[in-house]
Amino acid sequence: MAKRFNIRMAGVGGQGVVTGSHILSTAVINAGGESTIVPFYGSEKRMAPVESYVRVSDEAIYEIGEITFPHIIIIFHPQVITHGKSYTMPFYFGLKEDGIALINNDGPMKLHRDQTAELAERRAKLYYFPATKISLDVAGMDLATNMALMGCIGAITGLTNMLGLEQAVKDRFLGKGFVVSGGTAALDSVVERKFKKKQELIDKNVAVMRAGWNYAVDHGWASPDVKRVEEPAAAATA
Amino acid sequence: MSETEVKTNPQGDPITSVAAPSSAAKKDPHAEAKRQKIVTPEYMFHEAPRTKEFITGSEAAKEAIRRSNVDLAIAYPITPQSETMQLVGVLYGEGYVKEYYRGEEEVGVMAAIAGGSRAGVRCYTATAGPGTLRGLEGIASWPGHRLPVVAMFTCRVVNAPLAIQPDNIEVSYLLNCGMIVFHAENQQDMFDFTMAGFTISEMNDVTLPVGVCCDGFFVTHARGYVRMQDRGIKLPPREAWRGAVPVLDAENPPARLSRDAPVQKSNFMAYNIHAVWQQEVWAAVERSRKYIDRYMGGLLTAENVDDAEVIIVASGSAAAQSREAVRLCKEKGMKVGLIKVRSLRPFPTKELRELCAKAKLIVVPEFNYVGWLAKEVATAIYGFSKAKIIGGPRVYGGQSMPVELIVDEVESGVSGKKSTNVAMSQIMGGAVNADEVAHFMRSI
Repeated sequence: MAKRFNIRMAGVGGQGVVTGSHILSTAVINAGGESTIVPFYGSEKRMAPVESYVRVSDEAIYEIGEITFPHIIIIFHPQVITHGKSYTMPFYFGLKEDGIALINNDGPMKLHRDQTAELAERRAKLYYFPATKISLDVAGMDLATNMALMGCIGAITGLTNMLGLEQAVKDRFLGKGFVVSGGTAALDSVVERKFKKKQELIDKNVAVMRAGWNYAVDHGWASPDVKRVEEPAAAATA
Repeated sequence: MSETEVKTNPQGDPITSVAAPSSAAKKDPHAEAKRQKIVTPEYMFHEAPRTKEFITGSEAAKEAIRRSNVDLAIAYPITPQSETMQLVGVLYGEGYVKEYYRGEEEVGVMAAIAGGSRAGVRCYTATAGPGTLRGLEGIASWPGHRLPVVAMFTCRVVNAPLAIQPDNIEVSYLLNCGMIVFHAENQQDMFDFTMAGFTISEMNDVTLPVGVCCDGFFVTHARGYVRMQDRGIKLPPREAWRGAVPVLDAENPPARLSRDAPVQKSNFMAYNIHAVWQQEVWAAVERSRKYIDRYMGGLLTAENVDDAEVIIVASGSAAAQSREAVRLCKEKGMKVGLIKVRSLRPFPTKELRELCAKAKLIVVPEFNYVGWLAKEVATAIYGFSKAKIIGGPRVYGGQSMPVELIVDEVESGVSGKKSTNVAMSQIMGGAVNADEVAHFMRSI
């Protein structure tokens, strides 16, 4: 049977939801898998709802368009849930039975009892993951929140590896066929100014990703064949 | 032109789309196009080695035009097709297309395409949604005038409330024009159908326009793998002198365009001539079957349909979603076959009658409200299959069809459970409960 995950990512403008989905998609392809991505957003502004749909598999993917019934949902920002900043309400709408909700929050959130009941009914696994905290701890800024989440989801799906993820980050910042919107390009230069050079930026992002990967392994969320990664996956050569 | 001189359009705006003339080495921008070698359609479609690239549907159409020896391309922008004709404009700059311009609007574009084709050159255009309907007067006249043309339709919403999103209801308007109509599932189909379209369209016993449809955005703006022949080869040019209809000589109009048009007289002769033209057109549509078999490998493709009790019949993006539905059904232990209809005109009636003869359930998912494919399928297999036909699920206005909806219809169709997604009136065929239909008819 094909290993297949349809992933719906919901976050807010400026968090790198679309960038994160590109990196995951590229990382899965780098590791020999198949992936497609469909971004979905309205006006490009900070804190406005953003969704991105990523399909990852070890077999060919034919399906097109938005994902209505995901296996995995990733919530980049708690306001997606608390303020309804999402195109999909409630945040778990359409989540398949035994699906996974990976939520960026420092601890379990208090959900409405109806929502808790509905999530229990479909046996959803709620993974509260402090992505922003990890980004601040490891990289000294919150802008690598998406990297932490992509490291974590990479380990959960088991369809890529740290090498594939690292290469995807390099492609992203050193330019290789990535087309970004105006807003994202402007944000890129802000991110780059925070670092002396691009290599440092890539190293920090990869370090955050690795922390996310290991967090998933340590908490028993990772795919059975996935192990902790201690050392940099590849010698830095950029 | 001196360096300070700025080239402007008639309105006085600077033209920025033309590359600034370089004072360095004068490289012929057409050099690569001039080196292209002509090959036979047989070599192009069956033997030429191919390499795989990951490109958008618009880019796939562009690459097909690059290899199709096109004389005239006329553009008029409308989403989601604009990018395609813009890319064909790049080909004009590179010398792969001999003439190219932007028309005034679709009525003018379709009329000019008719003129080009009548004058004996190979023509290409593309439009979408409201553009298709605006151009439909001209398009509907092409087959009767026996004009070989390839037109691409990147389907989108046409009804109110208007949207730019994919919805393929416009295909239903094209089906009755007398033209050949293909429906592309993905970027590879866009590439293959467009090139084969030129060859089939100009076959002497066909001499008809070909419409290559796809569902906008899902195909045009998304990337997929496309296996393509080397860009150094192209199809033979159109040889209009061999055509079934003489090339237009404006000084001596042929009988078909006689100055005393018989259609203006309501007499037996007029009716007779009209009947003859229509018969000719639809007979030519029939005659194209053998070329579709030869150059495209058939009017449909069938997977796992041998002794399958359930068959999904789909075209375009619905076929892509159905592939995944087949996979999900397999995981649930249900054996489901898939028939992808590639050619809507001519319609694969004979093939469907054979393939569906033993089926118990046929599900026809579609990306439009009216369900034109379900009606075509039901009409084609009427009397040749006892299968229950579920005309659905359907999505409209640009929604992506969740694969799970198709699986639901397969499951409810097999179990006999009532579907919540498909109206009773859209369930056809042998296994329908007459009482339920009567109840439905009374309650609407």
